[in-house]
Amino acid sequence: MTAQINRRSLLGLGASLGITVNFLGSQAFAATEGDLARKKLVVVICRGGMDGLSVSPPVGDANYANLRGSIALKPDQVLKLDDTFGLHPELKTVHALALKGEARIAPAIASPDRARSHFEAQDVLETGAAHVYGTETGWLNRTLEALAPARKVEGLSVGTTAPLILRGKVQAASWSPGKGVDETARLPTLLQDLYKNDPMLGPAFARGLETETMAQTAMTALSATPAMNIAAASTPAKPGAAPMSPTMANDRQNRAGGEAARKLGSTLGGFMIQAGGPQIAAISLDGFDTHAGQPGQIATRLSYMDAVLGGLHDGLGAEWKNTVVIAVTEFGRTARVNGTGGTDHGTASTGLILGGALKKGGIVGDWPGLSQTALFENRDTAPTLDMRGLFKGVLADHIGVDRAILERKVFPDSAAAKPVTGLV
Amino acid sequence: MSKIACQCKGERRLSLPSKDMMAAIAVTRFGLGARPGEIDAAGADPRGFLIAQIRREGADIPQDGGESAAQRFEQMRDYQRQQKAARQKKDGETPDDAALQAAKAAQIALRDKVNADFLARARLATNTPAGFRERWALFWANHFTVSATKQITSVLIGPFEREAIRPHVFDSFEDLLVASSTHPAMLTYLDQAQSIGPNSQVGVRRRGARAGLNENLAREIMELHTVGVDAGYTQGDVTEFARALTGFSVGRDNEDRQGQFVFRDAAHEPGARTIMGRRYAQADIQQGMAVLKTLAADKRTARHVCGKIARHFVSDTPPPALTARLEKRWMDTGGDLAQVAKALVESPEAWNPTPAKFKTPYEYTLSTWRLIGAEPSAIERLAPILTGLGQKPFSAPSPKGWAEDAQTWASPDGLVKRMQWAQGFAAAVADRTDPNALAVSALGARLTPPVAKAVSRAETRKEAFALLVMSPEFQRR
Repeated sequence: MTAQINRRSLLGLGASLGITVNFLGSQAFAATEGDLARKKLVVVICRGGMDGLSVSPPVGDANYANLRGSIALKPDQVLKLDDTFGLHPELKTVHALALKGEARIAPAIASPDRARSHFEAQDVLETGAAHVYGTETGWLNRTLEALAPARKVEGLSVGTTAPLILRGKVQAASWSPGKGVDETARLPTLLQDLYKNDPMLGPAFARGLETETMAQTAMTALSATPAMNIAAASTPAKPGAAPMSPTMANDRQNRAGGEAARKLGSTLGGFMIQAGGPQIAAISLDGFDTHAGQPGQIATRLSYMDAVLGGLHDGLGAEWKNTVVIAVTEFGRTARVNGTGGTDHGTASTGLILGGALKKGGIVGDWPGLSQTALFENRDTAPTLDMRGLFKGVLADHIGVDRAILERKVFPDSAAAKPVTGLV
Repeated sequence: MSKIACQCKGERRLSLPSKDMMAAIAVTRFGLGARPGEIDAAGADPRGFLIAQIRREGADIPQDGGESAAQRFEQMRDYQRQQKAARQKKDGETPDDAALQAAKAAQIALRDKVNADFLARARLATNTPAGFRERWALFWANHFTVSATKQITSVLIGPFEREAIRPHVFDSFEDLLVASSTHPAMLTYLDQAQSIGPNSQVGVRRRGARAGLNENLAREIMELHTVGVDAGYTQGDVTEFARALTGFSVGRDNEDRQGQFVFRDAAHEPGARTIMGRRYAQADIQQGMAVLKTLAADKRTARHVCGKIARHFVSDTPPPALTARLEKRWMDTGGDLAQVAKALVESPEAWNPTPAKFKTPYEYTLSTWRLIGAEPSAIERLAPILTGLGQKPFSAPSPKGWAEDAQTWASPDGLVKRMQWAQGFAAAVADRTDPNALAVSALGARLTPPVAKAVSRAETRKEAFALLVMSPEFQRR
């Protein structure tokens, strides 16, 4: 906690001296290698087209209630952020962080491609290309590649399958909860030998074994440390906020899902604080494609996201102060409720930016409003912020990626998307 | 190794591998992995072995009790009513424990049926001597994915595969597309059942209040099932198709055709539609059907789907010549899937001796059971394995279905999880096996000296078995 106070006072000092934090966070701050080696970035990919107007309902926008009709949230139902925006009632941890200045929303963020196909739009999000099929590697992997000459940075994805965002030349790790490796068995060594001439299985398996060992350490450490659980310390939980899930899951299963999500987040955090642990991680959350019966479905999904983020915060412990978390989706959803109590594929959505490394501030990017003329194609929240600008800003100012390399290698063809500065 | 020249007339001569190698490829790449003696059985005529599995009446039907979608729909509605009644009483003064218990029992009964559907399908895949036919069916089930994201769709997936997919996998693609697009499972999974034309009778009556278009099914038919996302259609085309499909729905409790496909004229958006430059002036159900027919016949559909077949069976980056052969047969035969399957077997590019496909978790675990001539005994054993390996039963992550490429599945974590499973499986079964013989039976001519050596030098049977099923050769096909 002491370290966190120091960091915060430093930022306060910067502000009182009139130095922009952009300046503080970039090269002029003369960050040493040691500092940069502690910086962490987690990207949460919310798949299925997460509804931004549910994540951060603009209850103060004159057109919101009318457009949303039966699925609109009332001003007293949301967790208030400012005169325009609230957060969904399930985002309790995010709200608690926002009150401390450690979470902000980007309420009209989008990828540069206007595809309304999930799969194309996810590809664009993960490749960081200007348009679909622009490249076949992920921008987080190209980040690792860009950093490689100066320092080795580890990347990790959570889940059994490797997401596109971390695919590419650098072998990133992947991990999901499991039963661990029997250290005494000869099999891992024999298999490494059997895979030694296999360019795909060899490196992947070696990395998997390393990560598994690290996971065992992380989980052992976690079980010995009491969690801070900031959500419980702030807003009291509102019972019955989540309507019945339309899947087989009942309330008890939802709770179990939430606990599992929290555990996943905290384990990831535990990973990242280990020596040689990953500085960059990606995690995917599915199930945001809410064409029908949206309120119940999205409440469940957002409660899981909140639990993952809360777990991550707890698992990172004091290292939260060195962390930035970005949660984004491939596209938002239609501003109007559709005929089936849901919404269809849209354009801009809400991105969440969290972390102890964050500078306090209001919304990121402009809010275009929901008037008929403001809507994109008279249908969707209009994009005002290219998500590549957010990614570039965080990679440059927080992770210390060289700006020229960022433009050339990591996000080619992104000159129009100016880096968002001043976040850290 | 002797090579046999391709007999295909008028085409570039491509050499084929030896007959022994072709037998191993027939069983492991086209099929679902070798059962004991299967590679030998395919040895006399590997291509004939596969072609004999193609049959007009479709794929095999898993032995799972055979309940129809309509029966399942009714059971689900019964359960929902019981649950509702029990909950209402619970809020009153006298909580009705018996009603709650009954609702709980009904829910468990339904869940058991979904589990039984999946187990029956897995057992079919481990037992069938016609592995190519089953793989072909699994390809189409994944192409027309229905996933257990909603309570109602989860109980309909088994019936969907039995009723809409399996009977039609060697029919015309149009038949398969229509069967899928009118099945209650697909109509509920992609929210079509509730889609209402804003200017239809129902739409006008309910103006504003929970009545309107839902474009989910229309979009996924175009993007995933037929012409593909790069076909050049617009949001306007999707919306127009969604309007044409209004009325495609599922019979409700109080209707004659409960749980079956119905066309609701009163919900159908009146008027002609224009989709991808073509005008559809048909009335009622004929309009949506006409669009499906056009999409099925579109050459972009042939290209999209044949590319997917080639990627499924042969390589994540298949030779263009292979895809071209499949497309040509598709267009020449009006999308006759039996003919397309035959073209696949006849294509020399499909017989490249280097295995390029990495097995998905489902393929991998079932091929392991096939290897020892056994079958999964209980869903409680099977489901956790598949979930742990990233392929939870009946739960594809999106309408796009399961990924089928090595980049997805050969992940660091995926390999470690496979090894853990292999260790456990080996401990349970290895004592009954001769590892060296098993290696030959599993891979035939595909068995390489390093793998044979590793297996023969293992310290224990258990270790030998795990090495075999974790070998690069066994994990690929």
